[in-house]
Amino acid sequence: MNEFFAALTQHGFLQSAVVAGLLASIGCGVMGTYVVVKRIAFLAGGIAHSVLGGMGAAVYYGFDPLAGALIAAIISALLIGSVRLQWQAQEDTMIGALWAIGMAVGILFIAKTPGYQTDLMSYLFGNILLVPEKSLWFMAALDALLLIIVGTYHRQFLAVVFDEEFARLRGIPVTFFYLLLLVMVAITVVLLIQVVGLILVLALLTLPAAVAGHYVHSLGRMMLLATLLGSTVSLSGLALSYGPDLPAGPTIILLAGAVYVISALATRAVARRKVRASLPASANRR
Amino acid sequence: MNEIQKLIELKGVFFSYGGVPVLEKVDLQIQEGEFLGIVGPNAGGKSTLLKLILGLLEPQSGHIRVLGKRPKEARQQLGYVPQYPNFPRDFPITVEQAVMIGRLGVRSRHSPFGNLYPGRYNRTDRLAARQALAEVEADNLADRQIGSLSGGQLQRMLLARALVVEPSILILDEPTANIDQRLESDIFDLLKRLNERMSILVVSHDIGFVSGYVTRVACINRTLVCHHADAIDGQVIQELYGENVHMVVHQH
Repeated sequence: MNEFFAALTQHGFLQSAVVAGLLASIGCGVMGTYVVVKRIAFLAGGIAHSVLGGMGAAVYYGFDPLAGALIAAIISALLIGSVRLQWQAQEDTMIGALWAIGMAVGILFIAKTPGYQTDLMSYLFGNILLVPEKSLWFMAALDALLLIIVGTYHRQFLAVVFDEEFARLRGIPVTFFYLLLLVMVAITVVLLIQVVGLILVLALLTLPAAVAGHYVHSLGRMMLLATLLGSTVSLSGLALSYGPDLPAGPTIILLAGAVYVISALATRAVARRKVRASLPASANRR
Repeated sequence: MNEIQKLIELKGVFFSYGGVPVLEKVDLQIQEGEFLGIVGPNAGGKSTLLKLILGLLEPQSGHIRVLGKRPKEARQQLGYVPQYPNFPRDFPITVEQAVMIGRLGVRSRHSPFGNLYPGRYNRTDRLAARQALAEVEADNLADRQIGSLSGGQLQRMLLARALVVEPSILILDEPTANIDQRLESDIFDLLKRLNERMSILVVSHDIGFVSGYVTRVACINRTLVCHHADAIDGQVIQELYGENVHMVVHQH
């Protein structure tokens, strides 16, 4: 750990990694909360994995892979979202198909990219130590966009994630806000790919928000706590991985997973004790 | 609003789910101030009828006018209490927040931004939510999480969420199906009071019970079987259900 903090003052790449971790945490806290309460983790997973298609195509044609990822993420969010709204019965099959097709397309493109083979592993598992400064600005801009949209329309988003039918009866354009929400999840996926790679995105998107949901009971507070948890986990994971030279992405995810499991077990134990403690008391009250 | 005599009008409405007819040739008119009970057997098309009036479903043929408009245009003036809540009970939201969602369409009724009105709820919204909760005698529940409510308390919350809309017509689908009988008459007493300000449409399977409260009963079993202003007797029930039904007389 001390080694990490010493290195942090010296190396620019580590400072960039820390900033990237913090920027990704904002997206994961805010959008992760919606993913968790709306129970669309599988859908978010589909978006995340199909992004490889866009990254592969971008690499093949010589564009910035991150731009390719963003475009692919938005397209697959809109596709999955429209299918979900139109043909509800086939939703999970469709997500599974898009998930696999996107990855297959990406791997074909990367295999056929002439010359230097780009590091496939860093797309799949992320490489927070190699985030260029340009990407940091890109990430900051995406975060700003997410925060502005959520700040403006948090009531409409709440209405849509809480009860779609009631929202529709209130005259809220549910389709618009639902698709917007998925596009924002897609943007978050792209933010997180830098840090943990597209395979592990799902964990960072859901685990901090799920842990926050154990302790606080409003969307706003969940977002705040999930962001704090996300930053803590990604920075500690980064620090832990530095000394023994472990890959940072998986270390961060394991840490998040451990926090989630411990928190879930503790919450269950506390809830059980509460029920047991309240039994004789409530019997007296009535 | 005075010139509209017929609040809701259905003419020759036909609806089917994937070829299986659910409603056929339904003609129904509802006047201002009515408290209409819609009764009929399970799967007789009662909930479907409500969804057509709310514009959540489109009829295959026939036409529907609500407040003189198409259902989709009128529905912001309708308060709706569904039979089953459409949200997970563990959703992190307080009763007050959930009720306040009903205010979203209210401001946009007069706003040029429509439903894209950004930002937060204001004092009027908060006050309206508190009032609606007080009206259903649930003001003490405002800060509770919805996951901690009992069945009856949840039903009151759903009713408050429909009232906060300031509706011209209140539409309820089996509002007492999931709560015990004592609460059932509480809820219907409340509806009777609300009927002084607004028209009410309530679906129920309990024909004997609702007939003590409503001003008129419409019986639906795929078609509109009957249409009575006076008391329901055994003859009508037999006509509706097609067999002998055990009838319990309620005293109100």
